[in-house]
Amino acid sequence: MSIATTSSKLIGRQAPRWLPLLIGLCALILGAALSALIGFSIGLWAVFAGLIFVIAGPVVVGMLEGSRKGKDAFARYLIYGAFLLALIPLVSVIWVVLGRGVPGLSGNLLGTSMNGVSGVTDNEAAQGGPAYGGAYHAIVGTVMITFWATLMSVPIGLLTAVFLTEYSDSNRAFRWMGRVITFLVDVMTGIPSIVAGLFAVALFVQVLGDPSARFGFIASIALSVLMIPTVVRNTEEMLKIVPNELREASYALGVRKWRTITKVVIPTAMSGISSGVTLAIARVIGETAPILVTAGFVASINFNAFSGWMTTLPTFIYYQIMNPTSPTNPQVSEDRAWASALILIILVMILNLAARLIAKIFAPKTGR
Amino acid sequence: MSKRIDVEHLKVYYGDFLAVDDITMQIEPRAVTAFIGPSGCGKSTFLRTLNRMHEVIPGAYVEGKVNLDGENLYAKGVDPVRVRSQVGMVFQRPNPFPTMSIRDNVLAGVKLNSRRIARSDADELVESSLRSANLWNEVKDRLDKPGSGLSGGQQQRLCIARSIAVRPDVILMDEPCSALDPISTLAVEDLINELKAEYTVVIVTHNMQQAARVSDKTAFFNIAGTGKPGRLIEYAPTQEIFNKPQEKATEDYVSGRFG
Repeated sequence: MSIATTSSKLIGRQAPRWLPLLIGLCALILGAALSALIGFSIGLWAVFAGLIFVIAGPVVVGMLEGSRKGKDAFARYLIYGAFLLALIPLVSVIWVVLGRGVPGLSGNLLGTSMNGVSGVTDNEAAQGGPAYGGAYHAIVGTVMITFWATLMSVPIGLLTAVFLTEYSDSNRAFRWMGRVITFLVDVMTGIPSIVAGLFAVALFVQVLGDPSARFGFIASIALSVLMIPTVVRNTEEMLKIVPNELREASYALGVRKWRTITKVVIPTAMSGISSGVTLAIARVIGETAPILVTAGFVASINFNAFSGWMTTLPTFIYYQIMNPTSPTNPQVSEDRAWASALILIILVMILNLAARLIAKIFAPKTGR
Repeated sequence: MSKRIDVEHLKVYYGDFLAVDDITMQIEPRAVTAFIGPSGCGKSTFLRTLNRMHEVIPGAYVEGKVNLDGENLYAKGVDPVRVRSQVGMVFQRPNPFPTMSIRDNVLAGVKLNSRRIARSDADELVESSLRSANLWNEVKDRLDKPGSGLSGGQQQRLCIARSIAVRPDVILMDEPCSALDPISTLAVEDLINELKAEYTVVIVTHNMQQAARVSDKTAFFNIAGTGKPGRLIEYAPTQEIFNKPQEKATEDYVSGRFG
């Protein structure tokens, strides 16, 4: 076949389709040999194999197909390499969390708190007794605190973005306000999470006049300080890409500006907005430091975000690892921590799926 | 249902820039009026002042009067939203709402204003609007499918149906056929001919044959040079504009010689 194709003036010489696989295989073998010369380790092997793959691939393609194709292949092989590189941490995190989290996952973990669980019970569990105690209170805390934070951040963020995209151009005062708001949102994006936590505590200590004020809602305030700029930024971008023609079409039908925004502009951008909100939630649901300084840490279940301390999954994981319930048998606590980490990942995944669903419902419809 | 428009000494600005200078003209009811002229001469800008869409652009404003059956659109206290519900507009590129079905697109003017409408009335309105837009037979079996799934010409007729459904007195069309193929163009032109029985129709077009085919009166706009304002050069019955124009510029433009 290759002989037949070279006779055509339009078709140059072509490298076979299985070439990347062959080069990859050769790179693995050569990499193993090279790393064995220095002293074999998996890391070194991967580095050598990767380097050989990215260099040898383009060289071979360049010899077979010419230098332009060679350069193209260089970029392509770099992308293959970067893709594999990016996959490594992702897969390994999921692999490790699944491997260590699944054994600890039980009805007990999902359904009970740490109330009354002490070093003694953990020691008994380590000797083959039943394992008591779980992360139920932490799941409740995470859901409540994130719920309140989302409830505050999404309307504020959405309305701010609507102001910035739809109204800030309409007169001089608004233009000036728009610029100030954009600047402040940019500044807010860079606030370290612990600072947000301390701000929220300081605010409530001032407002309530109680220096020991700690409860879930303060944590929600801290988290919404982190969430709002993300929601504003993302929503603004999404509203900006809604074509102006749709706004004009709506105005031309005698529809008021506000109704145009709520019925035409926002629904058209809804899929992007919902995925941005999910990203913002995913960003704050794993926060640890601001929760510790605002909501404290308890072992018992607390549904009320407005009084009493609360635990979230990240703080629970942190304490289970750093201060095992039974210092002599930390294994039991570590199992709980890994299982909780798995729950946290699953929570974020459920959120993602929910956002996809919302996006799908609102997405501009296609098809005939 | 059909109203006349009297424009008196209208000047149109974008910020400091005078885009259209001193226009005075009468647009007849139950007739088609065409605006022709080179690109950038202000025909579309002028058209958009007739339903106060011009001021949607930041910094844009007008001086002068536009009287709709004697009522000045630019009088103090006039609500632009009310003006737009009486003076509908069809745009250059078909722009059905992508999140809505064909049926909802037709009902958009009613539903977005959250006026209550009984289901039977809504069905009737959808059918009559689509029938007037010559689209009913093509879409009657798929009213719940998205409007963006239609062809370009069908989408444009859907947009016309959408404008008709709010029962305006005047319909403005900004190059409604420039994105359409000849067959769809013909369908829209037939439609314009039918619409003039009930509405005042104003159409901007780059296609002089189209102006000659559909319009009763034609206005020729021109621009002296870049940065200069557009002006109304000649306004007369279409026959006259194309057969014996009074102005040299008009003759050059309609015969294809200019500059």
